[in-house]
Amino acid sequence: MATTTADPLLEAEGITVRFGGLTALNGVSLAVAPGTVVGLIGPNGAGKTTLFNVVSGVVHPQQGRILWKGAPLGDHRPHHLAKRRIARTFQGLNLFPGMTVLDNVIVGADRLASGTMPEMLTGLGRYQRDERRLRERAMAALEEFGIADAARALPGTLPYGVQKQVALARAVVADPQLLLLDEPASGLSGAEITALGKRIREFSEQMGVLLVEHHMDLVMEICDHIVVLNFGEVISAGTPAEIQADPAVTKAYLGADTEEGPDA
Amino acid sequence: MVSLEHSEAAAAGTPRRGRGSRALADRWRALPVLARNLLAAAAALLGIFLLTSVTSPITDLHIASVGYYMLAVAGLQLLIGFSGQISLGHGAFMFIGAYTMALLVLHQPMLPLWLNMAATVVVSCVAGVLVGAATARLHGPYLAGATLALAVGLPSLTVRFPELLGGNNGLSITTRGAPPALSGLITNSQWHAVVVWLTTLIGLVILATISSGRMGRRMRAIRDDEAAAALAGIPVGRTKVIAFVISAGCGGLAGASHTYLLGTATPSSFALTLSLSLLAALVLGGLGSLWGALWGAIALVYFELWGTELAHSLDLSTNVANNVPIVLFGVLLILIVLIWPQGLHGMVRRLGALVRRRG
Repeated sequence: MATTTADPLLEAEGITVRFGGLTALNGVSLAVAPGTVVGLIGPNGAGKTTLFNVVSGVVHPQQGRILWKGAPLGDHRPHHLAKRRIARTFQGLNLFPGMTVLDNVIVGADRLASGTMPEMLTGLGRYQRDERRLRERAMAALEEFGIADAARALPGTLPYGVQKQVALARAVVADPQLLLLDEPASGLSGAEITALGKRIREFSEQMGVLLVEHHMDLVMEICDHIVVLNFGEVISAGTPAEIQADPAVTKAYLGADTEEGPDA
Repeated sequence: MVSLEHSEAAAAGTPRRGRGSRALADRWRALPVLARNLLAAAAALLGIFLLTSVTSPITDLHIASVGYYMLAVAGLQLLIGFSGQISLGHGAFMFIGAYTMALLVLHQPMLPLWLNMAATVVVSCVAGVLVGAATARLHGPYLAGATLALAVGLPSLTVRFPELLGGNNGLSITTRGAPPALSGLITNSQWHAVVVWLTTLIGLVILATISSGRMGRRMRAIRDDEAAAALAGIPVGRTKVIAFVISAGCGGLAGASHTYLLGTATPSSFALTLSLSLLAALVLGGLGSLWGALWGAIALVYFELWGTELAHSLDLSTNVANNVPIVLFGVLLILIVLIWPQGLHGMVRRLGALVRRRG
């Protein structure tokens, strides 16, 4: 679908990662185009999070490379991603527990400030303007996510669903072009998952989304393209309909040969 | 005083009762952070001036001691409470500052005090860069261990270079008192206290400004979750080194104030117990807020005094008497941490909230 038509934002080419004797990823390739949602699925231990870590510069692959808008990222580190307008959420949320919800989101917006180091230290120059801009931007994001009431609360005092919203707000507040979502639906109720699906589709109007998720209903509904990993290798890739019809995918998930794919 | 509260708590602005005071509070909050901090510092300095004009010279000395300890503990707050790095050796930077100050006065007697103070900050910041860069990759107990080694090792330099650093007896300097023009207006001890507090308040203005801005937020983000902070574009290693350097600069300046105030720099003043006391004062005062540094510094100076007085009144032998202040401090630290895990500042805030609810 769309992934092959537009110039991709992000491309992974033949990524191989070994941890000692274990091959976590073996020649994995995928691409995310602007305005699309790409799903990355596979059973536990298939290498989905490892691929996320390679893209975010936490793990460097033994082979293969990551291209951002056609140029290789090289030895990039996690803190280089924000400037390139790539954002990521974590499976475990990783909110800042000692900071208010508002401050959590302001940290996500840090990229948008323009003050230099001396200005940050002395309070001169753009310090004040940056503070005001970041605060306004973060408040706007909180309002968009309907959690402005929680701005002054510490994350730990909030229900899990709200914390998930905070993590999403922190990731998108700096206006990324690519959003990496690591299991955004885990722990959410059915209604919350439906709302999340709608929101991810909204995100995709402004950015490419790479989604790791176990909720198949959600993945099948919102993804334009799906890549299936198993034991570190791509076993299938295509549209949701193609994936559902692929016997190799059913086999990986159910561990047995089946004659028919699961019902859509 | 200086708006020491970091942004979390400051953001939780409290509803005021009267309309007039609310308008005033709004106007106050609309001021730039730096202007607010400078105004508060000026008010605090005036307060110190007024307070010391009614107190005795010995009390002036104690008030001044609270001043330089507060700067050292506040610098440690930035390092531990904000950026989450533990230093067990902060006394080493006070040592560097104290000896830099003493050497400058002895060998360059014509230099003005403010220049000596500035030079001390530069020297201790350079030391901070060296130590900070070397330890930036160390976490938790490893960082604590490395800084501990520094605190243990550095003071013994004085014995290694006795001609330059004066050996175990240290260095003595004489500092001028109040300028002659002010001689009728201000006593020498008052002048010393005001100079020390001016130095401290300048340091605190910088710390408070950092704390409530982007840099402070970056540090707290790193303290809470390095991975998430890095993904928000925060350079983790560099920010940690910056925290270390600022903290070292504050420690050095506190050491310089110590030398200026007491006229001596001796290795025994900067033994390991100083570093541990600073850390204990920080925890006692409360982690995470610069106000904690004030309570911690007051506790540090006055518990020592009360402990000594108590030992004298009980007629204890010197061996026991020398340890009474430390025991007192330790017992209080344990009690406070058990009752108010957020330290004295946590207690003050809770009491404040209670009063406000009643009001």
